[in-house]
Amino acid sequence: MWHGGLDSDGWHCVAPYRKKSLSGNEILVVWRPAGIRHDCGLGAACCLISIKARANTGAIMDWEENVRLALFADIHANRQAFSACLDFARARGAERIVCLGDIVGYGADPEWAVDTVMDLVNDGAIAVIGNHDQAIGTPSETMNAAAQIAIEWTRGRLSLAQRRFLAELPLTLREDDRLYVHSEASQPSQWRYVRDTPHAARSLEATDAHVTFCGHIHRPALYSMSSAAKMTSFIPTTDVPVQLLGGRRWLAVLGSVGQPRDGDPAASFAMLDTASREITYCRVPYDVETAADRIRANGLPRWLADRLLDGR
Amino acid sequence: MARPAIAPGAELDGFTIGECVHHGGMATLWTVTHPGISMPLLMKVPRVAEGEDPAAIVSFEMEQMILPRLSGAHVPGCFGTGDFDRQAYVVMERIGGKTLYSRIDKLPIPYEEARVLGGKVATALADLHGQNVIHHDIKPSSIMFRPSGECVLIDFGLSHHNQLPDLLQEEFRLPYGTAPYMAPERLLGVRDDPRSDLFSLGVLLYFFTTGERPFGESETLRGMRRRLWRDPYPPRKLKIDYPPWLQEIVLRCLEIEPVWRHPTASQLAFELAHPEQVKLTARSERLQRDPLSTVWRRRFNRGLTLPKPKSSVAAQLASGPIVVVAIDTEEGARTLNECLRRTAAQLLSTLPSARLACLNVLKLGRITIDRTLDEQGNNKHIDRMVALRHWARPLELDESRLTVHVLEAVDPAAAILEFTRANHVDHIVIGARQNSMLRTLLGSVSAKVATEADCTVTVVRPPRSAATPAEEDSTG
Repeated sequence: MWHGGLDSDGWHCVAPYRKKSLSGNEILVVWRPAGIRHDCGLGAACCLISIKARANTGAIMDWEENVRLALFADIHANRQAFSACLDFARARGAERIVCLGDIVGYGADPEWAVDTVMDLVNDGAIAVIGNHDQAIGTPSETMNAAAQIAIEWTRGRLSLAQRRFLAELPLTLREDDRLYVHSEASQPSQWRYVRDTPHAARSLEATDAHVTFCGHIHRPALYSMSSAAKMTSFIPTTDVPVQLLGGRRWLAVLGSVGQPRDGDPAASFAMLDTASREITYCRVPYDVETAADRIRANGLPRWLADRLLDGR
Repeated sequence: MARPAIAPGAELDGFTIGECVHHGGMATLWTVTHPGISMPLLMKVPRVAEGEDPAAIVSFEMEQMILPRLSGAHVPGCFGTGDFDRQAYVVMERIGGKTLYSRIDKLPIPYEEARVLGGKVATALADLHGQNVIHHDIKPSSIMFRPSGECVLIDFGLSHHNQLPDLLQEEFRLPYGTAPYMAPERLLGVRDDPRSDLFSLGVLLYFFTTGERPFGESETLRGMRRRLWRDPYPPRKLKIDYPPWLQEIVLRCLEIEPVWRHPTASQLAFELAHPEQVKLTARSERLQRDPLSTVWRRRFNRGLTLPKPKSSVAAQLASGPIVVVAIDTEEGARTLNECLRRTAAQLLSTLPSARLACLNVLKLGRITIDRTLDEQGNNKHIDRMVALRHWARPLELDESRLTVHVLEAVDPAAAILEFTRANHVDHIVIGARQNSMLRTLLGSVSAKVATEADCTVTVVRPPRSAATPAEEDSTG
């Protein structure tokens, strides 16, 4: 099989791509060795690119043209929230998974969270690094006290392999006309927040991707820039698909899976239908009490538990 | 990839292009056919050449996003869209006939015709607002009619969808639209109030019944801004025979503050459908514009004209529902009627913009010839109206929120359902007979209404202890 399939030579199919420059009967297929634990993007050294005749692959082309992506940002080691989101996304037909960073930090189940993302990546998901993931290996001086305590605690819980997985996640990934980044595209390593329209404009000016997906601020928003560089901003309505029109470029800021801060405690993520170019922001109620209890039971700052309950 | 040609005979995504039927400033319209679609179709193609107005692109994008999501008889059906990265287009149902614009050479039109026409447009607006969309360009050339009489709204390029990004929001410094019809709040950048469409419909009704545009034709921002403080001449000043109920409705639509207009398009349609029940206020008699002191106060009292925080269209519509209470005026229904009144009071206390329609059915015999007069020679119809007003008095509702209706019908349930559908009622409150012999014989009115209504139905029963055996048989 293509999706998550293993070739006889030990190569893993990441995704079939269709490029406009190819003639009508060819498709690009991207492979990587089974041993490599994360996707490195189109054209990187560990990838093998093959071109297959389209004639024999009609069914696959159908599949490829209708990929439904589930995008998760700021999981923050919240097992209850992330499992609920994964179940929800799969029930809605998610075929590929994208993790937009901050797998750990704040929450009480970092081992489970990293293992889960590692397994997903092994099965073809892609992931980028967040500032909390980076702080496990490279301590940050700009974090607040509660976040710092959670990072120290998390570091002690993770195995060497788990820490290496986090450290090796790429800062940004480009897939077709989509860019994935944790914070924003202008200076991804500075971990700037997209707080408003000017911040969104700065990110959009830094890339030619049709859609940039990011997280980091824990509040969902959708910005667009017209061909005349005029901006629009929008707070997405849950479950109402928005067509990301081809004539403008978009910045989709995802809410947080594991620590929403927009006043709604339900876990937040988004799905993208690459065929219709529609993005749908989703909310998933989950067992917040248990997630908060786990934070308290592990001696993490109580505030990190309390804020889950009211989504602030 | 080369841009596909748009020319007669060319094919695009399965659509075969016919003739060009309109060449406008923003877009061109072509007839198209598709082997799988039997109805007449139009393809709208935006003008996007170098140097064209950027508004043409943005308004096309809005239409491209909104039109495929709309449904129902009051909008053209959408059959396909193409994006700007290849060839932008929207394929939609072609509505036969001409727009209302074709009639502006023969104004004014008779009041009764304007009433019916306004009611149809208000009904279409209610349907559109219910789908979270504000049209924002209501004017004669965006209004058409199906052969069956229903109003169809076209051109959604300036529309606002409450659940989708508003691409016009920050695009242009000046409000975009048709100057004579634009609501005052639009000049302040407000795009999320459905009552802006009621203002535009008010302009249209004023224009069609007097032959004059209430705010002139000025296209300058300065000229347009006058409507933020200056009210139009009352129609009665222009036409002495102007009906007070129509002036009441039109001037209410043209209120500067949206909150003083009808709360919803459904309520406006309701008023146009029942002109004899329109509550006449000082508006209906006015012959002069507001005094200068009022105008100056408006002009320099900024609080009145400051933009309001973003509102939810759905929440606003939900706060102004039309509620029907079906009341039995027969002797013996006292306990049940008290329960109905209590339920109505509870509903209305949470919904300050709701309006209440009290309904009673004068049941006609299937075979006998009914007389309007009872044995004592009293007019039964009027007696019932009086009884309904008496029932509603303790609710202490403003008269503008209350109407009473006596329907004459063989089948009471069918009559209630018909009234509900015709008037876009949102909620029916009806009493139920308790363990009644009559119910066994005749079937339950409330059960039929609850089963077949297309809106929420609350069935009210008196507490078990309250209903006396004598009452039980006659309530219903």
